[in-house]
Parts: sequence; C-alpha cells; structure tokens
Amino acid sequence: MALLEVKDLKVRVEEREILHGLTLTVNEGEVHAIMGPNGSGKSTLSHVIAGKPGYEVTDGQILFKGEDLLEMDPDERAAKGVFLAFQYPVEIPGVATMTFLRTALNAQRKARGEGEYSTPDFLKKVREVSKSLNIPQDMLKRGVNVGFSGGEKKRNEVLQMALFEPSLCILDEMDSGLDIDALRIAADGVNALRSPKRAMVVITHYQRLLNYIVPDFVHVMSRGRVVKSGAKDLALELEASGYAQFEDA
Amino acid sequence: MNVAVAKTGNGRAVSDLFASAEGRLPGSSAVGAVRREAFETYERLGLPHRRIEEWKYTDLRALVGEVLPLAAAPDAAALKRAAEAVKAHAIAGARKLVLVDGVFVADLSDVKTLASEVSVKTVREVLANEANHAAGDLLQTAAIDAVISLNAAMATDGVVVSVADGTHLSAPIQVIHVATAAGASAFTRSHLRIGKGVRATIVESFVAAGKASGYQVNDAVVLWIGDDADVAHIRLMDDAPDAVNVTSQFVTVGANTKLNFFNMTTGAAVSRLQGFITLAGEGSELSANGVNLLQKTEHGDTTLVVDHAVPNCVSRETFRAVIDDRAHSVFQGRIIVRPDAQKTDGKMMTRALLLSDEAEADNKPELEIFADDVSCGHGATAGALDDSLLFYLKARGLPEKQAQALLIQAFVGEAIEQIADDNLREHVIGIAERWLERRS
Repeated sequence: MALLEVKDLKVRVEEREILHGLTLTVNEGEVHAIMGPNGSGKSTLSHVIAGKPGYEVTDGQILFKGEDLLEMDPDERAAKGVFLAFQYPVEIPGVATMTFLRTALNAQRKARGEGEYSTPDFLKKVREVSKSLNIPQDMLKRGVNVGFSGGEKKRNEVLQMALFEPSLCILDEMDSGLDIDALRIAADGVNALRSPKRAMVVITHYQRLLNYIVPDFVHVMSRGRVVKSGAKDLALELEASGYAQFEDA
Repeated sequence: MNVAVAKTGNGRAVSDLFASAEGRLPGSSAVGAVRREAFETYERLGLPHRRIEEWKYTDLRALVGEVLPLAAAPDAAALKRAAEAVKAHAIAGARKLVLVDGVFVADLSDVKTLASEVSVKTVREVLANEANHAAGDLLQTAAIDAVISLNAAMATDGVVVSVADGTHLSAPIQVIHVATAAGASAFTRSHLRIGKGVRATIVESFVAAGKASGYQVNDAVVLWIGDDADVAHIRLMDDAPDAVNVTSQFVTVGANTKLNFFNMTTGAAVSRLQGFITLAGEGSELSANGVNLLQKTEHGDTTLVVDHAVPNCVSRETFRAVIDDRAHSVFQGRIIVRPDAQKTDGKMMTRALLLSDEAEADNKPELEIFADDVSCGHGATAGALDDSLLFYLKARGLPEKQAQALLIQAFVGEAIEQIADDNLREHVIGIAERWLERRS
C-alpha cells in the first residue's frame, strides 16, 4: 500500500523555486534512498514533508496514508506517524531529555485518542532502547541534546524513532558529522526498526551510509527533480561516476 | 514642584482616605503623629508618576489613578473564604502566618507551632502598646517615597517575627496575604529580624480568595539579617488579575551571610516590587533572582537597589521576564558601591522573552561606583522563542501551545531551580504552570 505519495510537488523559498515538480511514491516496508548533490533539494523535500515553516508549496500534493499531509500542522503529522530525523538536531537547554520524550510520546498518543503511557512502561521502554543504542542513562537526565556529541545527537534521534514508532521515517543526512563507529551504531539502530509496516526515506549525499542502511530503491535528485530511479545498485554506479552526469539534465 | 499636581483632582479624595480610616489605624498618640506626618508626605507628593525618575516606567497616576478606601476588617464569611484560599496556597510543611485584608488572623496561622522556634507578634499589638515609646519606629524606613509614606500612614497590621541567634528553622515560614474584598485597599507592614547564625526560609505569598477583585495591596517589609546567617527569602505575588500590588522591601544583611532572594510575579494588573538591599557586613553573598510572568495588559515592575556599603561582598541578580499579549515588564536594577566597598563583585543579568509583537520590556541597569577596585557589570537580552526549537518540538508531536509552554518553563526554570527546598520549588513550579494554563 502506498504510504507516501508526493505528486508533482513545486516548492518555493522566498520567491526562488527549489522543487520543480517532484514525484515520489513510497510503499509500506520499503526503504528509499534519495541521493543528490548539494542544493538539489533533498533537505527541502524532508522539511516540507515534516511541515517546517518557511516553504511555500505552489503546486502538487503530498498524501500520507491517503490523507493530505500539507493540510496538517507538524504536530498532527507526527501523531499520524511521520518522523523526521534531523540533520542537525537542536539543543534545548532546560528541558530534560526524559521530560521531552515523555511529553512528546504522550502528546502523540493523546492526538490519536490513545491513553497515556504509564510511568513504569515508559521507563522500561526507554531503558531498553537506550541500552541497545549505547545511550547512557545520565544522558537522558541532561537537557535535550545539550553537550551531546554529533554521534550522541543522532543516536538520540534514533531513540525517539524507536519510542514513537512512526510508520514513515525520514533520515536527513544522518551520516553528516559521524565517524564510522558512530555511524554503525546509529545505522544498526535504524535497521532494527525496519519492518513490513514501516517505510524509510534515507536522504544522503554519500553512498557510504547505504552500506549500512541498504535501500530497496535509490532516487537521484538534481535541481529540484528526481532525475533517475533504480535499485540499490544505482548508488554504487553513482559512487563510481559522480553526480556530474545529472547536473545538466 | 509636584505640589500643585497633588493638590488638584484626587488630592481632596486623598485626604478623605486618611480621615475616614484614622479611627481604625492602631497606635498610641505618638504613633498617630508619625502616621500623620507620613500622610502629609504622601499628600504633598501624590501618587508617583512618570516624571519621577524612579517611577518613569510605572506611572501609578496613569495606571492606577486613585487609592481605594481601606478594606473593612474581614467578617466571618470573608474569613471562611480566606481559609479556603490559605488551604489552596499553603506550602506543604511550611508554618503559616496569615493576614486577611490587612488584618492578622491567628486562627488561620500556625502560631503555636512557631512559638517553639521564633517569636511572633503582630504590628497591631506593638503599635497599640502605649508603654512602648519606640513603637513609631516600626513605621520608619531608610528610603522614602510616596507609596512608602502612604504605607506608614495607613498600615493596619503585619507580623513582627524575631528568630533568635543560632536558630536553624525546621520548616519554612510562609506569610500569606489573602485578599477577600473587592474595590478596597489593604496596607500591611512586617518586620522580620533574623539573628546571627540563623538558617531560615521565609516565604511571602499574595493571593486572592474566591471572587476578590479590583483590590489594592500596599505592603512593606523590613528584613534585618545578622552575621553568619543563611537565609532564603521568597516572594510569590499571585494576586487577582485586576488587582494592584505595590510592595517595598528594606533588607539589611550582616557579615558573612548568604541571602537568596527570589521573587515571582504572576498576578495583578499593575504591580511593583521595590527592594532596597544593603550589604552592611563584609564577606556576604547576595543572590537575587526574579521572574515576571505577564499576560493580557498586565504591568509588572521589579526594581532592586543593591547597596554595597562595605568591602568584599558579592551580589548576583538574575532577572527573567516572560511577556505575552500587550503586557509590560519593567526591570530597574541599581548597584551602588560605596567609597569603602573595595573588592565588591556585583553583577546583574536580565533576559526577556517576548511572546507577542505588542509585548514590552523595559530594562534600566544603573551602576553607581565610588570605589576603584571592584568588579561590576550588567547584561540584558530580549527575544522571541527560538523558531528552530519550536519546530523541533512540534515535529515530535507537541502542539504549538505545549511546545511554547515547555520552552517557557525551561526559560524560567533556571531561576526556579535555585530554590533549594523541594516542596517550595514544586509549589513555585505549580504557580508558573497555572500561569501557562491561563494563556489564551
């Protein structure tokens, strides 16, 4: 079943068109990689799906489980199951990570008409997931991402993914700023979340990440459009030939 | 030069205010003379207005207009409503001293429990004691302005608390000012004497009972702290949204003493806290923190004058304001360093969070330094909530208001976290949360 349908999407930022008619369909259980050079519009796509302000959709639509995503506020999208793992997760001093996790989880559950998690269940779940991601307990007491290393911030994003159990995960440049060991831990966390009901869109500049999170499909973006789609081998092809061939497309 | 202004218009009503109340104001004849003199000072000055530098941002003539008549002493029905308010606002484990509409109410206070550790009298009984020739001193303060003089003239009651040298209080003392009346004024004045080596937490709460509205509070507090003491002084002003609260505090700190002062303003249409803190003994540390949470058209003013009269003291002032709608927050901080007060280390920092385009924050730091070997400074920031943080929280499922609330709590949390007592800190967080819930 189609989980995400992006149809002929045109997006502007301050009078400049960034996406010029992008189409993409992601079905349940699939992992799609979106690759492309800097400035091709990869991150814009992820921001528009998550509902970040500052982008003007001038044409096209985004359907999520058949519903018009663009009509929803970012928090409604999250409650429906859309999760964006940020390229640069923000630091929020004064908001303890645990408080944040619990508030967010319960806000999503409330929006879906589900009951709040009980404290023991919540704590048990956080402990389980954080252990598998190698996140020390004392990190959870600190302010959200405050003083976290690049790797810790990304692991914190994966922790949230595991807790919130979204049906669509968009990973925006997850590999940026990570060394190989940090990348492996984060990628293992993501792989553990792959399931027949959950889809993932992995946005990356480099093929390297796709050695760890192996996609079903690869799309190449250039100048605001998908210019080529294929199976996972396309990523290797790109690694060899580079993006230059698409620059004039 | 203000004489003509004060005598016109409400000048006449002002005289009636005192004349009609005089019979109900406690005091010997000597005290009466002090009151009359104070009232004459007030009459001459009139309510402070913007042309008086210290009141530039808080023009009481424009904001308040007139002083309301003295509230009647609470009757049985009022006391019943007050009892409910006390129950709702009492801090777990604290010992209460309750003033209702400017009158001390022993039945609502923990007089007996307190008696084992401190001495408590009422201002009324001290003033009325004909044998006490110094009673009038209770109405005298070092700093004088129109509202302080008016307080001296009109004060009906208050508490006189004395904590003997070396006492470590086993629980905080909470002075609760309850308003039950509508359209009336309460004038209170309290004296707190904290002895040498004392450890104490003193809380002052201002609350409204039931439907009390449109009332005015004019409070004065004289706090004297001896050497080697460790004192937390917390003031929580949560009066009715259409009330007026003007409070003047006169604090003297001895040597090698730690004073942690915290004020939070969450109520009243118009409020001003003016604190005059003198560091009178060497080696003392003052930490003064304030939080103004203002919404609608509320006006909240915190004015602190910290006087380093002796060498080797440290003062830190951290003030935070969260201002929504068309509210107006004022912070005036003056640090005075006297010629002898070498090695003074005095700093103040203010941060304002503006939640609306029409919110206003005024900030006036002043350093008056007469010594040459000191370290003093001030800083200020003002800004809106960070959009990137808001988006992050919303992308995680928090609706706008809840995302804002979390960030606002984080903003004021830093100041609140400094309150050491767990029950008290939870109590303060609860008041801040209720303020957040009132946001439209």
